[in-house]
Amino acid sequence: MDWFLANSGMVFERAGQHLVLALVPMVLGLLISIPLAQVSRRHPALRSVVTTLTSLLYTIPSLALFIILPPLLGTRILDPLNVIVALTIYAVALLVRAAMDAFDSVDDDLRQAAVAMGYKPAARFLSIDLPLSLPVLFAGLRVVSVSNISLVSVAALLGVGNLGILFTDGLQRTFVTEVVVGIVAILLLALLMDAVLVLLERLLTPWTRASAAASRAEPVTGAEFIADAQVHAGARP
Amino acid sequence: MSIFTETFEWLADPSHWAGSSGIATRLLEHLQYSGLVLVIAAAIAVPVGLYIGHTGRGRVAAVAVAGALRALPTLGLLVLFALIAGSGLMPPVWALVILTVPPLLAGTYAGISSVDETVVDAARAMGMKELQILFRVELPNGLQVMFGGIRTAVLQVIATVSVVAYLPLGGLGRYLFDGLVLQDFPRMLAGSLLIAGLAIAVDLVLATAQRLLVSPGLSTGPKGGRKAATTLTAAAPATAAVQGGSP
Amino acid sequence: MAEAMIEFQSVTKQYQGGQAAVDDLSMSIDKGSITVFVGPSGCGKTTSLRMINRMVEPTKGTITVDGKDVTSVPAAELRRSMGYVMQSSGLMPHRSVLDNIATVPRLNGVSKADARKRAEELLDVVGLASGLGKRYPSQLSGGQQQRVGVARALAADPPVLLMDEPFSAVDPVVRDELQRELLRLQRDLAKTIVFVTHDIDEATVLGDKVAVFAVGGKLAQYATPEEILRAPANEFVASFVGRDRGFRHLGFSAADGVTIRPVPTVTRGGNADGGTDVDARGNAGGWRLVVDAESRPLGWEGPGSGSDLIPGGSLFRPGDTLRRALDSALSSPSGLGVAVDGDGRVAGVIEAAEVLAVIESARRVRQDAL
Repeated sequence: MDWFLANSGMVFERAGQHLVLALVPMVLGLLISIPLAQVSRRHPALRSVVTTLTSLLYTIPSLALFIILPPLLGTRILDPLNVIVALTIYAVALLVRAAMDAFDSVDDDLRQAAVAMGYKPAARFLSIDLPLSLPVLFAGLRVVSVSNISLVSVAALLGVGNLGILFTDGLQRTFVTEVVVGIVAILLLALLMDAVLVLLERLLTPWTRASAAASRAEPVTGAEFIADAQVHAGARP
Repeated sequence: MSIFTETFEWLADPSHWAGSSGIATRLLEHLQYSGLVLVIAAAIAVPVGLYIGHTGRGRVAAVAVAGALRALPTLGLLVLFALIAGSGLMPPVWALVILTVPPLLAGTYAGISSVDETVVDAARAMGMKELQILFRVELPNGLQVMFGGIRTAVLQVIATVSVVAYLPLGGLGRYLFDGLVLQDFPRMLAGSLLIAGLAIAVDLVLATAQRLLVSPGLSTGPKGGRKAATTLTAAAPATAAVQGGSP
Repeated sequence: MAEAMIEFQSVTKQYQGGQAAVDDLSMSIDKGSITVFVGPSGCGKTTSLRMINRMVEPTKGTITVDGKDVTSVPAAELRRSMGYVMQSSGLMPHRSVLDNIATVPRLNGVSKADARKRAEELLDVVGLASGLGKRYPSQLSGGQQQRVGVARALAADPPVLLMDEPFSAVDPVVRDELQRELLRLQRDLAKTIVFVTHDIDEATVLGDKVAVFAVGGKLAQYATPEEILRAPANEFVASFVGRDRGFRHLGFSAADGVTIRPVPTVTRGGNADGGTDVDARGNAGGWRLVVDAESRPLGWEGPGSGSDLIPGGSLFRPGDTLRRALDSALSSPSGLGVAVDGDGRVAGVIEAAEVLAVIESARRVRQDAL
C-alpha cells in the first residue's frame, strides 16, 4: 500500500496508457467490422474468405504478432502502433463474425416490412439492422474489451509502456508488491470497462430489458460460458 | 537486403536447427510444456465440466470463478508465481493451468449442455442410465461445441508458453527474448514465425481430429453450414459467443 | 370386459409450490388397445403418460403395469420394457437411422449384428425404404423421422407403447397417413398403446377409448370415442369436443336405414359398336348416371349438358356411416349420392333429405332412451 501511494502517479500514468492501447483497437475494430460484415454477408465467396482469414489471424499468438508487424508496417519494435494494429486485428476477427451472425439473425420479415414502408437501404440498415444487432455486438465488444486489456500487458515484454511494465519491473527487482498492484489495477480496469459497456448497452437497447426479464431468471447460459472461453482465447500473450 | 531475407537465411541455417538450443530442441520443449499444462488442466476441467453439463449443478459457481479468472492478466500471473514459488518449471506450469482450466471447463460444459434436451429425454425414456446418457448421447453430440473450447485452450497454452522463456525457461519464446537482448531482429522474427506456424499447425491437426471424431450426422442434411465450422473456424469462436449474446 | 394392462390408483403429481398437475387419477387401461389421453395444454395428460415409465415420479398413489408396481423395477429397466415415441422424434443426430432403431436392443445386450437385422425388419414394418437405414436423422423428412421414432419404440418388441403427441409436429396430410399406418400396425401387433394428443379428431380416430383431461389434472370423462361425442359427461367435455361434435358423431353411426333407389343410367362402351345403352328406370330430375361396362360409376350427364361427363361426388359403400352417406349426397352434382356394392358396381342412389330424416329419427330414438 505504501508503495502504491508513493508511486500512484506512475501507476495512473501506466493505466492511462493501458486504457488507450486497449480502447483504440476496440473502436477501430468496430468501425471496420460493421461495414465489412455487411458487405461479406451478401457475397458468400467473400464471406468464406473473411471467415478463414480472420480465424487464421486469430490463431497467431499476440507476442509473435507484435514482432511480425514492425517490418510489415515499417515501424520500430517499441512503437505502440504495433500493439494497436495487432489488437485491432484480433478485434476485427472476433467482431466481424459476431456482426455477420447478428445481421443474419435479424428477422427478414422485419426488413421486408421496412422496405415496404419506404425505408431506403441506408436508413433501413441504421434504423432496423443495426439496433437489433446491438445485443450481439455488445456481447462481442465485452469479450474484446477484457481480452484487449489482458493482451496489452504482454506488449510490456517488448518495452511498450502500460501497466504490464509493473510485471517486468517487478520481476527484475524481485518485488511482489509491484506485481500484485499491476494485477489488481488490470482487474479493476477490466471491470470498469465491462461496467461501462453494460451501461451503454442498456441505454442503447431499452427494449431488451422488458423481454429479458424472463430470460434473466435463468442466470447462466452455456453461451456466457462460451463467451468466457473466448475471453481466454483472447488472453493469449 | 530486407529483414525478411535475413530471417529466411537465419531459418535456413542448419546450425540453428541442431544442438541443445536449436530449433528442434526448442520446439520439443514448447510442445512438452504445453502438453504438461494441458494434461493437468484437462484432468481438472473435463470431469468437472461433464458433471456441470450433465447435472446443471454448480453452473453459477463455475461461471463466477471463470468470470473472475478471465480478466486476470496472463503475464502478471506468471510473474507472480515465479516470484512467490521460485524458479523452475512448475510455478509457471501451475499459473498456466489456472488460466487453462476455465476455457476447457467452459467448452466441456457448453458442449454437454448444447445437446438437444429432447434427445436426452428420449434417451432416458428408452432406458439409458445416467452414465450411458452422458457418454453415448451427450458426449458424442456435444463434441462439436467441445472442440471449440479445446482448440481455444490449446492455442492459448501454445501462445502463453512463449512467454515462459522470459522467466527464463526454454521453448520457442527463447528466440524472442534472446533476440531482444542481442538486438538480433531476424532471430526474433524467425521465432515469431515459428510460434505462429506451430499454433496454426496444431490447430489444423485439431480441426482434422474434430472432423474425424464428430459424427457426420451432426453436419449433414438441412442443418448445413456446420461443415464449414469444422475447418478452422472454431479457433475463433465468435459464432458461439454471438449466439450466446442473442436474446 | 378386457383385461387391464396399466392401472392408475389415486395418482397425484404435485410440482413444488404449484397446483396439482395430475389430481387423484384412477383409471384402468385395457390390454391390446389404444387409449388416448386428450385435453388442453396444462391438463396433465403428458405428465400422466410420463409417470407410467417413471420419467415423472408421482407424489401420491401407485401405478401398476401388468399387475406390478412400476416402482418395484429399476427405472432404466422399466423404460426399456416400454416403447416411447415423442413429438420431436428425439432421434440421436450422431447415429444412423439403423443404429437409432437398434438402441434399445443394444442396451438390452443384443449383439450389434442381430440388433441391426431387427432394425432393418422394422424399417419395412413402418413403411420406410431400406436404403434410408444408412442415413442420419437430419437427412429425413419430419414424417420419416416420426416413422423411425415408431420403429425405434418397437425395436425391443415391448408390450406397451407410450406415444406423446407423436404426430402433432407434422403437416395434416402426413399426419393422416401416419394415423392410418398406426391403426394398420396395431391390427398386427396388438400392443397396449397410450397415446397423448391435444387434437380431439386424432383422439376419436385412433382411440379404442378416450380419456378427456381437464385443466388441473382432473379426468373429465373416460369412455369410447362414440360415447364422448354422443354424450359428453359435462360442460367442459362438451366444449372441448367442440361445436361440430354432432357432425363428427355421424362418423360412428351406421347408415343402415337409408333407402337405396334406382337411377337412370347410361352405359358407355357397353355394346359391340362402343355406343351407349340407356336404362331409364327411376327418376333423377333429368340427371343420368354414366357407368362403364362393369356398371362402375363414371360421372353424371346433366339435364342441359348433353353427353358431357360431369365428375361425380364421393361414393357410398355398404357399411358406411351416416357421415359418409350425407357426404356422398351433398358432394354429388345431381344431389343424389351414388351407392355402390362391395365390388364397386352401382347399386342405386340415396337422397340427402332421406339421410337427414334417418339422422333425425336416430336422434329421437336416443333422446327417448335417455
